[in-house]
Amino acid sequence: MPVLERPYASRQASGWVAPRPGSTLHPVAQNVSHARRRDDHAGTRRRLLIESTRAIRWMCSGLPFALSACRTGVLDPRGPVGVAEKTILIDSLAIMLAIVIPTILAAFGFAWWFRASNRRATYRPDWEFSGRIELVVWSIPMMVIILLGGVAWIGSYQLDPARPLASTEPTLEVQVVSLDWKWLFIYPAQGIASVNQLVVPAGAPLHFSLTSSSVMNAFFIPQLGSMIYTMNGMVTNLNLQADHPGDYVGRSSHYSGDGFSDMHFDVRAVPSGAFDQWLGEVRTSANALDDSTYAALAVQSIAAPVTHFRSIDPTLFDRVAMATIPPAPGPPAATNPAARHDDGAGR
Amino acid sequence: MWGRLNWSAIPFDQPIVMVASSVVGLGILAVLAWIFHKGYLPYLWREWLTSVDHKRIGVMYAVLALVMLLRGFADALLMRSQQAVALNAPGYLPPEHYDQIFSAHGTMMIFFVAMPFMIGLMNFVVPLQLGSRDVAFPTLNSVGFWLTASGALLVNISLVVGEFARTGWLPYPPLSELAYSPGVGVDYYLWALQISGVGSLLSGINLVTTVLKVRAPGMDYLRMPMFCWTTLASNLLIVAAFPILTATFAMLLLDRYLGFHFFTNEAGGNVMMFMNLIWAWGHPEVYILVLPAFGIFSEVFSTFSGKPLFGYRSMVVATMAICILAFMVWLHHFFTMGAGANVNAIFGIATMIIAVPTGVKIFNWLFTMYGGRVVFSSPLLWALGFVVTFVIGGMTGVLMAVPPADFVLHNSLFLVAHFHNVIIGGVLFGAFAGYTYWFPKAFGFRLHEGLGKAAFWFWTIGFYVAFMPLYWLGLQGMTRRMQHYEVAAWQPWLLLAAVGAALILVGIVLQVVQLFYSIRHRAELRDDSGDPWNGRSLEWSTASPPPMFNFAVFPHVDGADAYWAAKRGEREKASLGPEPAYADIEMPRNSATGFICAFFATIMGFALIWHIWWLVGCAFVGAFATFVVLAWRDESELTVSADTLAGLDRIHRSARAAFLQKQATS
Amino acid sequence: MSALAMDAAGPAASGPRAVDEHEHGATKRIIVGYGFWIFLISDIIMFAAFFAAYAVLTDSTAAGPSRRDLFEIRTVAIETACLLTSSLFCGLAGIGATYRERRLFYAGMAITFVLGAAFLFLELREFAGLIARGAGPGRSAFLSAFFALIGCHGIHVTAGLMWLLTMVAQVFAKGFRDDVLRRMLCFGLFWHTLDIIWVALFSLVYLVGVSR
Repeated sequence: MPVLERPYASRQASGWVAPRPGSTLHPVAQNVSHARRRDDHAGTRRRLLIESTRAIRWMCSGLPFALSACRTGVLDPRGPVGVAEKTILIDSLAIMLAIVIPTILAAFGFAWWFRASNRRATYRPDWEFSGRIELVVWSIPMMVIILLGGVAWIGSYQLDPARPLASTEPTLEVQVVSLDWKWLFIYPAQGIASVNQLVVPAGAPLHFSLTSSSVMNAFFIPQLGSMIYTMNGMVTNLNLQADHPGDYVGRSSHYSGDGFSDMHFDVRAVPSGAFDQWLGEVRTSANALDDSTYAALAVQSIAAPVTHFRSIDPTLFDRVAMATIPPAPGPPAATNPAARHDDGAGR
Repeated sequence: MWGRLNWSAIPFDQPIVMVASSVVGLGILAVLAWIFHKGYLPYLWREWLTSVDHKRIGVMYAVLALVMLLRGFADALLMRSQQAVALNAPGYLPPEHYDQIFSAHGTMMIFFVAMPFMIGLMNFVVPLQLGSRDVAFPTLNSVGFWLTASGALLVNISLVVGEFARTGWLPYPPLSELAYSPGVGVDYYLWALQISGVGSLLSGINLVTTVLKVRAPGMDYLRMPMFCWTTLASNLLIVAAFPILTATFAMLLLDRYLGFHFFTNEAGGNVMMFMNLIWAWGHPEVYILVLPAFGIFSEVFSTFSGKPLFGYRSMVVATMAICILAFMVWLHHFFTMGAGANVNAIFGIATMIIAVPTGVKIFNWLFTMYGGRVVFSSPLLWALGFVVTFVIGGMTGVLMAVPPADFVLHNSLFLVAHFHNVIIGGVLFGAFAGYTYWFPKAFGFRLHEGLGKAAFWFWTIGFYVAFMPLYWLGLQGMTRRMQHYEVAAWQPWLLLAAVGAALILVGIVLQVVQLFYSIRHRAELRDDSGDPWNGRSLEWSTASPPPMFNFAVFPHVDGADAYWAAKRGEREKASLGPEPAYADIEMPRNSATGFICAFFATIMGFALIWHIWWLVGCAFVGAFATFVVLAWRDESELTVSADTLAGLDRIHRSARAAFLQKQATS
Repeated sequence: MSALAMDAAGPAASGPRAVDEHEHGATKRIIVGYGFWIFLISDIIMFAAFFAAYAVLTDSTAAGPSRRDLFEIRTVAIETACLLTSSLFCGLAGIGATYRERRLFYAGMAITFVLGAAFLFLELREFAGLIARGAGPGRSAFLSAFFALIGCHGIHVTAGLMWLLTMVAQVFAKGFRDDVLRRMLCFGLFWHTLDIIWVALFSLVYLVGVSR
């Protein structure tokens, strides 16, 4: 079984465990801390720069004071996709640090030892080639790349967004439309929709079909894993899963205009009972999603409130995706002082 | 009559913009008044604005870059301070303004700071290193520079008249299409870059031809300094990549102006095609920027270690490998577009492969120091800072080259930290190293070392303080280009990043002070020998600054590090070689073509943006006429007599003889 | 032995050797030609980008007219004949310039101009016809790509014709001076390259388009 299958398969079985400080460190990374202590005897200049790199590494490994921030990010995944991606991140980082740290140390070491004032160092003014060194110098990056290339190849297949997740639970289908500047989530099987609120059953695989009403966006829930672009006239696919109940943030991770910063949405993974309850709530709302309410949504607006739709037009998403429904309009001319005035070449 | 231009184009209601433009405007007027008052205008026109001398053009490119660095950095300060305060608050920059700022920041830094700086250094140094008198096409060189300046001018005008693009530094459709960006911003962006793109292309053609065809006798390919090889590779990339940019922007312009449907949502336009085309240019572009920096570091490491560059042939192979591979990785800029596992994996691996020659270069630089006598001058400090910083930045790049890692890091502040890591650590540090290293050659006096070192430390520490928090924030899930945010845990890091930006500001101020101080105290900092760093390549055999013709007599080159062995010979014999025989030479005449052509190009660009069609026609006629006038001139060259050559060369020879004496007795 | 001999002679030589300024390196004509070839390569890459866009958008007809509905091979064949023949006469004009044969030069350039202008006239007529039939560039992405690709070539031909007139004026005013001859070399290269690009265009756009 490929290495990367193991992390999320086993976590599914045993339940997800919250990280303790230091416990997520890969074994190689732990060896790095031993190397660090040896550096403490270097000169001040080296120490200054080493301090900086050390600070970076500490931050990456997650000191307690930063842990509070850990709760929202890529390093605190709550689903199998995110967990696998975090593992790849840490593994790749560790593999590369094995080269990068000695290189940085060598840079300082060589510069310091061969400084002009150090008469103990041997001056070789004509030494400019060594076949053996060339061999090593070409081989080391090549080997690292072969290793990482393997990770990349396997990872790209394992974690292809369109690849369905292995699960015994039924898949929840959600259709996503990115609008300016809000998100519309349509649940085709349940016949409801909501704006800026995505409620999903915990532990069930989710399959998203995504499109855009207007400009490009990207759908991203950092704690669940991969993001994917949304484009008008096209449907992209994404498979994610939230292993346990929780509240997460989703946002657009592709700049799409003035209202972009408010284009985040609530994600709630709830037990299946609570999910049915939420469906019931939504079905009591006053709104219905049809062409006219969609057209109202398509008008540019910032920081749209959470809205529920008790019923949907089942063909709406396809018609948006195929651009049978025309793309959402852009900014009204009146608000833009430098906008084109009709000079006869109007469109 | 005036198209869509009217008084509402000037943002009287935006105080920040009005104050900033007034200050800049007054500053420009003050400088112009001073020039006029001192009577410098004829000198400026004759010696600089109409110069076709590669050295002058190189200096002007660098001046443009440094001025635009201040402008781009001001945008950076605005962005950092806005993000530092905008937690659940609007901050002081509304989205319409903030979006222009980050778009302008990126556009200016790439096209009007990094490109001109590198092209300027290449222009100044390469003919000297090759033992030539000028580049292959001096007049076109001038045209290229002035067109670049024209683009920069248009971008700056957009601050006051109209607006700039609000699409980010690459105008992805459909956001950049007329429907979603109806204003003039995207048009400013497109025309400014089309105009300066012609300038870049001219530069590319010029430098490729120069390196391949205009070298001193005996200067074989494998005897060229490493900087010339990286110049060749970078300019080959310019020649191959910039036409793609021109075509892609032309398509977007056709969409916006004539209702074409290349990238629109309607009628079959294809947004993904824009991404592919633009990044097919965009990735080679970053190698265009960094390869000359690699060349600079090769020069700096070898000069300040007192050793030849380690593994020269390996470095040449690595450079040309990077040149070719640069065209094979573009998809890694949009792994998240959903191209599928096959495509993503292949491009991910291709991206990693390009890290191999880069790694080879780093190791070879380190081995250049090994066995050397390393002098910690400020260029070498920049080089050491580069090695550490670029290696970290390269590492995060290879990290994101793994598609599943990119799926969670794309477009986040992690990405922003990565590319600033490599561009600042690589390109900008290289530019500063080159600037300090070749400044005495260009002007005859050194820059003050102490201030330079202080600037280095503030820049380096400031860089880490400003950008390491961004890596962390990216891992927290913070996306780029956010005008405000709602996660309280992010703010401390953004504050820290703002502190880092302030430290960099101190570094920049120190560099400005360094320049003014050095000019004031140039008598003490003077270099008479032409060779203040004990260099190894031919440019150090000329006077500082070199005479207009560079070499009175073409040097004959017998090996690599052409100047080093000659110096050894001179030192052994304790004298210079005998005086050469001087003969008359022909040098290209100055020409106003570049300046005037760019003048018309600016007007044409402005008129196209504002739909003033009659003015477009007039400006086009003017630009065409300028070239016809150039074609009609009868005297394109001037003769420099053997006596003039002899006179100037003798002065330099006696200065070097005196320097040799001083070295022998000390 | 010094690697850099300012006097090109060893210590044992009798005196400094005069270095002939023109002895080494490429002539101006070669350098200009070389640089112009590099420009042509960049121009071909620009066309390649338009070709790529055309290839991608060929089927994006937005339920409008497609290649089969629009392309008229006969006109295109005449255009091709005009352009290719004009290249022949451009070559003859180039020979005239090299051998200082004024009449050959002027005649060659005149016929080149007429044929080039005929090419442009036919192309513009084709465009006008398409636009009149509602198949203008704003109709669909395919048509946008078509008009841009063919139009880009047409703009280059127009620029070439302007350059041609300028070259004729140059020869008239300055005679066959060295710099004028260098420019004539570049003009010839340019005109022939446009021909080659047209062959690619004609094959990949029109012939392939009609055959599907």
